[in-house]
Amino acid sequence: MLNRRRFLMSTAAVGAGLMTSHLSPAFAEGAPQIQLFVPAAPGGGWDQTARTIDQVLRSEKLISGSQITNVGGAGGTVGLPQFISQWNGKGNSLMVAGMVMVGAIIANKAANNLTQVTPIARLTGEFEALVVPAESPFKTAADFVAALKADPTKVPVAGGSAGGSDHILFGLIAKTVGVPATNLSYVPFAGGGEALSALLGNQVAAGISGFGEFSEQVKAGALRLLAISADKRQDGIDAPTLKEAGIDVELFNWRGVFAPPGISDADKAAMVKMIETMAKSDAWTTECKNRNWTPILLTGDDYAKFLTEDTARITAILKDLGLA
Amino acid sequence: METLGHLAHGFSVAFTPVNLLWCLLGTTLGTAIGVLPGLGPALTIALLLPITYQVAPEASFILFAGIYYGAMYGGSTTSILLNTPGESATIVTALEGNRMARSGRGGAALATSAIGSFVAGTIGTMGVAFLAPVVVKFALAFGPAEYFSLMVLAFITVSAVLGSSSVRGLTSLFAGFVIGMIGVDLQTGQPRFTFGMTELLDGVDVIIAAVGLFAVGETLYMASRRYAGKDEIVPLKGSLYMTAAEWGRSWKPWLRGAAIGFPIGAMPAGGAEIPTFLSYAIEKKLSKHKEEFGTVGAIEGVAGPEAANNASAAGVLVPMLTLGLPTSATAAIMLSAFQSYGINPGPLLLTTQGDLVWGLIASLFIANVILVILNLPLIGLWVRLLKIPAPQLYAGILVFATVGTYGISQSPIDLVILYLLGAAGFLMRRFDFPTAPVIIGMILGPLAETQFRRAMTISNGDWSVFYTHKLSLTLLTLAFIGLAGPHIWAFIEHRRRRGPEHVPGDA
Repeated sequence: MLNRRRFLMSTAAVGAGLMTSHLSPAFAEGAPQIQLFVPAAPGGGWDQTARTIDQVLRSEKLISGSQITNVGGAGGTVGLPQFISQWNGKGNSLMVAGMVMVGAIIANKAANNLTQVTPIARLTGEFEALVVPAESPFKTAADFVAALKADPTKVPVAGGSAGGSDHILFGLIAKTVGVPATNLSYVPFAGGGEALSALLGNQVAAGISGFGEFSEQVKAGALRLLAISADKRQDGIDAPTLKEAGIDVELFNWRGVFAPPGISDADKAAMVKMIETMAKSDAWTTECKNRNWTPILLTGDDYAKFLTEDTARITAILKDLGLA
Repeated sequence: METLGHLAHGFSVAFTPVNLLWCLLGTTLGTAIGVLPGLGPALTIALLLPITYQVAPEASFILFAGIYYGAMYGGSTTSILLNTPGESATIVTALEGNRMARSGRGGAALATSAIGSFVAGTIGTMGVAFLAPVVVKFALAFGPAEYFSLMVLAFITVSAVLGSSSVRGLTSLFAGFVIGMIGVDLQTGQPRFTFGMTELLDGVDVIIAAVGLFAVGETLYMASRRYAGKDEIVPLKGSLYMTAAEWGRSWKPWLRGAAIGFPIGAMPAGGAEIPTFLSYAIEKKLSKHKEEFGTVGAIEGVAGPEAANNASAAGVLVPMLTLGLPTSATAAIMLSAFQSYGINPGPLLLTTQGDLVWGLIASLFIANVILVILNLPLIGLWVRLLKIPAPQLYAGILVFATVGTYGISQSPIDLVILYLLGAAGFLMRRFDFPTAPVIIGMILGPLAETQFRRAMTISNGDWSVFYTHKLSLTLLTLAFIGLAGPHIWAFIEHRRRRGPEHVPGDA
């Protein structure tokens, strides 16, 4: 039960929420105010990442307040140009983005790309899972690969939108085992829920999506987990990695933060330091655990280098899939 | 009977004074955002997610459920009075509801929609409580082939809104297809009809199209006719609420609407719009007052679709609570709220979080009661809106439509689209093309296309999936009967009257 004080507090929280959390009470004097830019609509993965960053930064007293701006659309490629032009030089600002935006920039042939912003840190990643319905004849990832090699058109695989991380992983798997990507039968669904119901209804042979999308169904025995795309075995997950299953592919659908172009080196260093402190806090660890996010922190120049490599890898596979 | 025990326990969770207050707050807020075209329940709940850090899980889910149901009630108000749908599920309501409002029966239209929402919402919530495991099995049997056949069935509804000329109606429908195709094609990731504009990659929002064609188009048309002295709005004729005759004409559509809405809402790709289309078509077919459709407004055409959209809102909760499947934007955000409590929504939710789930279901019943109590007295106030002199009223509608559209994604491009479509709506109205088929085409066209292509990908190009799957065949047969039935019937009648010696083509 809620006591009276907690009730009043939460009512106040509702009120604050109603004003779309644009109000920022300055409760920790000296700590900076920051601006968070989310190139997606409220509610999605990037938005939740931004709101969690905001929450943890406040509770760790690293900031005194923040303002979150959402400019959604087209995998982030609507928001990105705005962030580059209108937020230029704002040292207290961060944009949340990730692998999906890298793919969208390539697929949409967008005019702007992530080399035009300042990489601060890669924060989290979600590894992907390859699953089949419980009734499926495929018991292992090897069975799946064998069927794929025999006739890829007979193995419809469900996942997220065309050119997204799920499609990319499917392409990478096929490429690694020597199946031409153009022959794949990939069935894209708009949201995780729809792809999941196609699997539960036995409409498709297999599914690829973020592990979190499937984990509960796997636990309940409705889906069988064949492999995960993480770099190593995960505690509490009874499945091999793709590498262990003989498919040399590793993939994290990563999310990170970027500062606008044209900020000073001092601002950049301060921002990297603040995000590092946040990522090492207990509050952040707990949030990641609750949300099935794997912390894969990488900051500054290492992050920039990773970004270049990942962009090259994604470009190559999207070309193979006929999307770039 | 086990369910009743659970439900009783659920009520004991929901019936604490604090939780009732949350429910009241949620329903009020929900009604308010339902009225505004730009703000939907998904966005509102997303913005309120941070409160999950502050309050107990029961309280926040009761709040969210209230917002969700409230938005379904609120959306119809502006559809009826201002021809400005607040939610895509209330677009059909505007068709007859606004006609009724203009002919002095706005109070009755609002009342039938509020009471119908209550009836259907209660039936739907009972469905969630008692039938969820059965319904979800049925819903999962729907694959892409079945969805495509369902869309074919839904296309028949177009004939109900075509208006006097099928050529004009079909022209509108195809214009809707084209608008619906704008954006990135989900199946291949390629942009279509975007003319290189990034802002068009996500397509044109159906709400913007509806508000543009209906509200802005109508306003421009009225402005052009200002001195012609036609089309005066009658604020109120007869009683404020429903008359006995109107009650008699409403209750069957309510029940039929609930029966259509709940199962389709429970389907992972069913949505809230298709049941409203189907309900409208059925009510128009069955009504004894066909002449009122599209003229002074038929109450059946409001009662049925309104009931259908509220029942489908309850249906959406079935896969969410039994399987952890989010099948609408709002459900997806509610599930992420579960996650911020460290609760993993999935097939085990009902067993591991019984308190929470049954508390939520009980609060849905309570939300329904609160909403009908909240909405009925407001009708008198709402109807007074129509007493505003036409110039001020229409100016207000224009402002309201503009602000609401800007609110959807704060994009100036959306405003350009709104006014372009408004101008198109004006021209269509001027040259007597119906606007409703455009919206139906926009919604159904891309859905049908996606499901068709998915079905063909899965079957590897084999057409037989559409008639070898039993469910799909049944739906296609129903569609065929709906389309050809009246003609065959008319033909048989015709022959009987003229005698058997005449063969077709002989006359």
